[in-house]
Amino acid sequence: MLRLEHITYTVTPEDGKSGKITILDDLSLEIETGKYIVITGPNGGGKTSLAKVIMGLVKPESGKIVLDGMDITGLDITARSEAGISFGFQHPPRFKGITVRDILSIAAGKKLKKEECCKYLTKVGLCAEEYINREVDTSLSGGEVKRIEIASVLAKGASVMIFDEPEAGIDLWSFHRLTNTFRELHENTGCTLIIISHQERIISQADEVLLIADGKLKERGKPADILHTIDGVYAKPCEKTV
Amino acid sequence: MNDNIRKGLLEKIADLHSVPEGAYNIRENSESAGRRNTDEIAIETKTDKPGINITVKSGTKGKSVHIPVIITKTGITEMVYNDFMIGDDCDVLIVAGCGIHNSGDEASGHDGVHHLEIGKNSKVKYIEKHYGEGNGSGERIMNPEMTVTMAEGSTLEIESVQIGGIDSTNRKTVITAAKDCEVIMNERLMSDGHQNVNSDTEIILNGKGAKAQINSRSVAKGESTQVFYPKMTGNADCFGHVQCDSIIMDNAKVRSIPEICANDVDARLIHEAAIGKIAGDQILKLMTLGMTAEEAEERIIAGLLK
Repeated sequence: MLRLEHITYTVTPEDGKSGKITILDDLSLEIETGKYIVITGPNGGGKTSLAKVIMGLVKPESGKIVLDGMDITGLDITARSEAGISFGFQHPPRFKGITVRDILSIAAGKKLKKEECCKYLTKVGLCAEEYINREVDTSLSGGEVKRIEIASVLAKGASVMIFDEPEAGIDLWSFHRLTNTFRELHENTGCTLIIISHQERIISQADEVLLIADGKLKERGKPADILHTIDGVYAKPCEKTV
Repeated sequence: MNDNIRKGLLEKIADLHSVPEGAYNIRENSESAGRRNTDEIAIETKTDKPGINITVKSGTKGKSVHIPVIITKTGITEMVYNDFMIGDDCDVLIVAGCGIHNSGDEASGHDGVHHLEIGKNSKVKYIEKHYGEGNGSGERIMNPEMTVTMAEGSTLEIESVQIGGIDSTNRKTVITAAKDCEVIMNERLMSDGHQNVNSDTEIILNGKGAKAQINSRSVAKGESTQVFYPKMTGNADCFGHVQCDSIIMDNAKVRSIPEICANDVDARLIHEAAIGKIAGDQILKLMTLGMTAEEAEERIIAGLLK
């Protein structure tokens, strides 16, 4: 069980204005172990910040995070990784001099054989032969780096896997492969899968969807119900303001 | 103790755990500490100045020659001239590192002046590692110079690495390539403390079909300074690529001044240079995979200098 209690996260405006902007506003929620959860909602609503708070990438002003009964609020990123949380970045960094095999090996905590790398790369629609010894640098396209990022999370094999908009920058064929990978991961490993996504196809295969907007948990429920809400309210912002 | 220092230096600069296979010449504290000639590779002491002549017979393939230099005493400074004559159709490995252990208060230094003549269609891999250590206040100085003349169809791959511990280095390399030659120069440098690095490399592509690549990667820490002048000159229908990447940390200073010079309408030359600190998101990414911030930083540096 992953439990967030009264999380508030604010940032200082970059334009120099005084005061703070509230990104997550006294947010509380629970996620059952082994569930496939999709977090969705409008841009700027706090989805990515919520995921980063869970991973420890940003620190909330207040609140508590509990994983399987252990208070992890004070743990840094490394300790949370050791506690079983992993994170796939929306915009993964590139590394000059570090190969695809290196990244996957770091993730797995051991030097991976070619066949093992191949297994992870295949799951994200990449051919290991072509990629395994390539550096994760600017010679790779955005979509390729993104898929390697997802493969690194798979290689880590955590009990809570978080993916921030995994579909962004990925072609349709790979997206199809990716949705299958997420479904298989959920069915076969028992890990808790938390995916931030706007894609109906990903949303529709979740156990539960959390709708985050204005830094709050607005709704949670079955995919069909939440999709209905999204269609009714969040897909028509102009009508609300007219 | 001295034997351990000696072994440690040889391991660092030439990956030597025992006497190397093939031809070798080990220079220790300005004296010969061992030599072996083979049927294909002859090493002779110069008679007019310090240094050796290394002659590789034409047709020699799959052979190596190690010529490591170690200095374990303080106050030794030397200039050594090594000339390599490599025949036609060879395929050889040259390992020419230098290590200084200075525990005293006087400077110790090695200036190696190397000249290579590479014969037609020969393939040479040249590895040079520089390393310094010791607790003394005396500086550790290395000023390597290398000139290479490559005959038609020959290939040269250089791996030039300064692992650390060198207080001051002035590196000069000039390579002249004829028709259909190929040059790959990989330079890896790390500086720390108040160390100074100056690297000046020029590759001159004189023949049609010649191609060359300079890949220079460095990490500057502490108060150290680094200056790079890689230059690629194209005098024919040729291709050259210069790439410099540096990570800058602490209060270090790095200057990177790549130059490309085309003297022929068919010369295709490219240069790229980048200097920057380690990106925060790189550290964060590796931390999400279980590394500490320090381990992540070390891994990123190791990757760049690999």
